[in-house]
Amino acid sequence: MNEERGADMTTVRKDVETPEAAGPSTDTAAGTAADPAEKAARRRPTGRLEAMALPLTWLAVIIVFSIVETDTFFTSANAASILASQAVLVVVTLGLIVPLIAGDFDLSIGAVVGMSALIIAILNAQHGWSIWAAILVALIAGIVVGLVNGALTVLLGIDSLIVTLGMSTLLAGVALWISGANTITGVDQTLIDIVISYRLFGIPLEFYYAIIFALILWYVFAFTPLGQRLLVVGRNREVARLSGMRVSTLRIGALVTSAFVAALGGVLIAGTSGSAGPTTGLDLLLPAFAAAFLGSTTIKPGRFNPWGTVIAVYFLVTGITGLQLLGLQSFVQNIFYGGALILAVSFSQIIRRRRMKRGV
Amino acid sequence: MTNPTTPLVRIRGLTKIFGGQRALDGVDLTIMPGEVHGLLGENGSGKSTLIKVLSGFHTPDGGTLEVAGRDVPLPLLPGQHRSLGFEFVHQDLGLVPSLSVTENLMLGEIAASRKAAYSWRAARERAAKMFARYDVDIDPDATVERIRPVDRAMLAIVRAVESIRDGAAASGDAGANMLVLDEPTVFLPKQEVGQLFSLVKRITSDGSSVLFVSHDLDEVREITDRVTVLRDGHTSGSAVTSETSGRELVTMIIGRELAEHPHETSATTATGRDVVLSVRGLSHGPLQDVSFDLHEGEVLGFAGLVGSGYEEVVYSLFGASPGATGAISAGDRTVDIANLTPRRAMSLGMALVPGDRKNAGSVGTLSLGENMNLTVLDRYFRGWRLRHGTMRDNVRQLVTEFDVRPALPDLEYGSFSGGNQQKALMAKWQQIQPKVLLLHEPTQGVDVGARQQIFDMIRGSTATGATICASSEYEQLETICDRVGIFVRGRLVTFVTGDDITKARIADLCHGQASAPVPAP
Repeated sequence: MNEERGADMTTVRKDVETPEAAGPSTDTAAGTAADPAEKAARRRPTGRLEAMALPLTWLAVIIVFSIVETDTFFTSANAASILASQAVLVVVTLGLIVPLIAGDFDLSIGAVVGMSALIIAILNAQHGWSIWAAILVALIAGIVVGLVNGALTVLLGIDSLIVTLGMSTLLAGVALWISGANTITGVDQTLIDIVISYRLFGIPLEFYYAIIFALILWYVFAFTPLGQRLLVVGRNREVARLSGMRVSTLRIGALVTSAFVAALGGVLIAGTSGSAGPTTGLDLLLPAFAAAFLGSTTIKPGRFNPWGTVIAVYFLVTGITGLQLLGLQSFVQNIFYGGALILAVSFSQIIRRRRMKRGV
Repeated sequence: MTNPTTPLVRIRGLTKIFGGQRALDGVDLTIMPGEVHGLLGENGSGKSTLIKVLSGFHTPDGGTLEVAGRDVPLPLLPGQHRSLGFEFVHQDLGLVPSLSVTENLMLGEIAASRKAAYSWRAARERAAKMFARYDVDIDPDATVERIRPVDRAMLAIVRAVESIRDGAAASGDAGANMLVLDEPTVFLPKQEVGQLFSLVKRITSDGSSVLFVSHDLDEVREITDRVTVLRDGHTSGSAVTSETSGRELVTMIIGRELAEHPHETSATTATGRDVVLSVRGLSHGPLQDVSFDLHEGEVLGFAGLVGSGYEEVVYSLFGASPGATGAISAGDRTVDIANLTPRRAMSLGMALVPGDRKNAGSVGTLSLGENMNLTVLDRYFRGWRLRHGTMRDNVRQLVTEFDVRPALPDLEYGSFSGGNQQKALMAKWQQIQPKVLLLHEPTQGVDVGARQQIFDMIRGSTATGATICASSEYEQLETICDRVGIFVRGRLVTFVTGDDITKARIADLCHGQASAPVPAP
């Protein structure tokens, strides 16, 4: 530890002999110093265009499909279907961006969604527990998974990618085991009612839950010290630590949050389909990552952010739905999500490179 | 074989200019075949620039290079040093800690190998033979992070020498080779240095030369045949080591006679004001049993040579580097340093502006305002929301007060110049009005104008507390400090106070003590 830093310091000290350090005179140094920064400031308008690129593209996609498929795509039923059917994905992706912001991956979210839905189905439909008790157990299980993820990642210092990848596979195995490889149906109608049956303006309540959750997350990240701290922890743990933050607690908290939210997603899935199977939720993982990274290129480019996430999810779903209505097979879904993930990450990288180039 | 009277390396009039300043100003250096040649000089004297010219990293602005009597045009191309028979071992050694000794030894070979299969058994046997040839006892199967520090250093050296040999064998030009050891002993326990020296002697016994860069005069006198001393980019002298006293070497390094009384001030000399922080028995890494008091309104400087541990103190006091032991008292609270975290240190009224601004001090990709408000976020959380407007106003006021330019809180921190970045960090910590401000190299990479402003900020903050400043720039310590503690080999050996604090005096003590026996604490 000490030796490492010592070595670092020397490298830095050697740098003292670089041109920047040996800057000529006061006036010119201050003068030139202000220049690149001010140039960057003047470049703002392009930044705004960057921030709005995805929403505008989304709008364009909607317009194109509406013209091409006026009868099928441009209908209120289709709009309601798009908005509600992806509410679970919105919720799970919003949960995912919490550890992503704090600098950790959570690959177990899909499996936690499945575990949660399965717990509800088994306890409620098979064992006759009340739906509320079943939901409570599912949420607690989510928290426990998050704690294990967090403890292994933060306290033992294992890469979160590995920990949560293992956790994901482990939970998928458990799901297969406890479900006996069968889909379990018969979840209490009350849950189904409050998730999809009841509608507001023709859209199932599920959609509003997702929006409420986005609002909460937006509040936390934009208006609380906690949100700022998570951001700094994600960018540079050492700076966060030296500024007096509880880095370990924050990181564990972020992983617990994503698992808890995934468990909530499981509740919504159980309420949507009234059932749960051994592979429920697993197919959410990649779309969630695709949407999270795509979302980080918009609204606040370079940062994972709640509204960018919501827009990214719906942009992807709109595209997929439109193409499917055109008659394309379901393979289009994987191509779209996979392609979007790669493109989004490439874009973020290009933005970062450009920033680094113009930075000092 | 090279003719022993022809120098292996002859550098004449080497000059390198950085932004108008001459880092090297006509440096001459002659290295004979088979000798261990010491390269000495203070920080910033040009040693590392010289080495970087030899490795092809820097393009010199003037000067000539002869290798074994032949002119070699400058600048050297990257990698050209290999064909000339130069190899470098830097302080960080360039080993991969999690790989085995054999794997590290064969790293270059593996990288260059075009064979589909690689025989680890053969590699292992060759490693064992190599170690036997150099009379070094290292287990080829051990993981590098588990072997002793001195074994790591010797591994790096053996690897470098072998790489020269292979290069020479490939070019058919055996004999002319030089190993550059850049501060190889800084992190080694004293008792193990001897083993490294035996290895160095064995290497030179077959005609190879070693350029040995070090701060430690004792080591230089023990191992080198001749020395060259740099001062302010000039060659201040060359000498045969055995005919030169330690005193004469120091005179060459600092440019004048060593002052007579290195011991007159003692640790108890102080300003007589209230003690704001007292440190007892701090040990960590190189630091051994460091104790001192910090007084209200005082700027206390810490200085020492590389490896003396002077800079480690500020990190240990802030709980930033785990593993430190000892106790600190601030006000009426006494805390075990082993339990200290940055958070607790802050609650004791401490603030740290680390030397590594980029990696430990700031987040370049966040805005200036976000960086500056990190420690005071809770203040702006009122009525269930962060008051962004108030925060921005506050930052704008701070950056105006401390002359951070441009005064735009939303601009990315990384796009500011070094001086403005540092001023912003100082301002960030001013907000919590620290009782003890801990600084490490506060003006590193900072332009001249900002430097003066940072000095003013240090002075200003001392009105409400005290400051500890660890710095390798003695001139800066002379300018800002009321008292300077000198570290030699991990011990706080003495203090200089008041008018005695001069750049020269600090240099005297750092070097003077280095060649004298360490007094008992």
